[in-house]
Amino acid sequence: MRETIDTPADAARNGAPASPADASPVSGAAAAAAAAAAAADELTIAGRTLRSRLLLGTGGFPSLALLADAIAASGCELVTVALRRVDPAARGSLIDVLTDAGVELLPNTAGCHTARDAVLTARLAREAFATDWIKLEVIGDEDTLLPDAPELLRAAEELVDDGFVVLPYTTDDPVLARRLADIGCAAVMPLGSPIGSGMGIRNPYNIALIRERVSVPVVLDAGVGTASDAALAMELGCDAVLAASAISRAQDPVRMAAAMRAAVHAGRLARTAGRIPRRLYATASTPDEGLPDLGPG
Amino acid sequence: MIVLNGQQSDVRAGETVSAILGRLDLPLDARGVAVAVDGEVVPRAQWGSYALAEHARVEVLTAMQGG
Repeated sequence: MRETIDTPADAARNGAPASPADASPVSGAAAAAAAAAAAADELTIAGRTLRSRLLLGTGGFPSLALLADAIAASGCELVTVALRRVDPAARGSLIDVLTDAGVELLPNTAGCHTARDAVLTARLAREAFATDWIKLEVIGDEDTLLPDAPELLRAAEELVDDGFVVLPYTTDDPVLARRLADIGCAAVMPLGSPIGSGMGIRNPYNIALIRERVSVPVVLDAGVGTASDAALAMELGCDAVLAASAISRAQDPVRMAAAMRAAVHAGRLARTAGRIPRRLYATASTPDEGLPDLGPG
Repeated sequence: MIVLNGQQSDVRAGETVSAILGRLDLPLDARGVAVAVDGEVVPRAQWGSYALAEHARVEVLTAMQGG
């Protein structure tokens, strides 16, 4: 007797690919074509097409030169930026570096604790960067930097009404994620664990549930510590991963950027390939037919 | 007197937002710069005409690494 220890989410995923686009049975000569199709596996958020499913947070890089090298190694096309008071002593222009790198900007509302502050910051970011896109963060606790759900919903609603493309940083609560999607957010960005903690995905079941419950892209934000965390996020069905500290604070950020790029790609391939069910007992991969009778031992 | 980025400044009432940006050596066409006065966004198109009131709280913001 064999017993599966899959969750219902796993079973559904194993039984059928998540979407028609995911269905690409691979056999012999078709492998090259499938690989080509996978290579063109693009992500669309609010009408913008991204070839890379890795988003990069620019925080924490020790220098702009290292940031530029990490962007190149990551292959990312969308990077976050924050808005802060002009520092007359600051050297080098972040905007110039990002423009030269050819990436699009995703401004954030980091540091905002109320819907009011987040909405105002989003409007300032729209003015500064000429983009309607906003990574909405409304923080409810200084030590954990966990989102303040009621303020987040309030801010998201106001910004969606104001024409913003809102990508909210949220907890891994599937109900909250659905509420955010229902009010018109262009994607949801659940945390794997607290920002900068490097603790990975503490509740993979919730991330899988979020993927099932919302139809907008799911971008795992926060908590990624190393490449396997990013691969797991993609295997769970996330459409993309945003990594910041995991890359910028690694001993070799450029090398880690390359690792994250490979991990996101591998995780996405594995997800669309359809993993085997988890089973408690072994399943022989070699057939019993034709087993010789070798006589009494 | 106005308050510029949290500091008392010798900028006088009546000066424009553009004048303040000039003092900060920021070009007026600078991408990545935004201005709020008393908690409200001042759109780029109004920088040249927006005259600051006495005790105005002016925030001049730009892109920083983050997120």
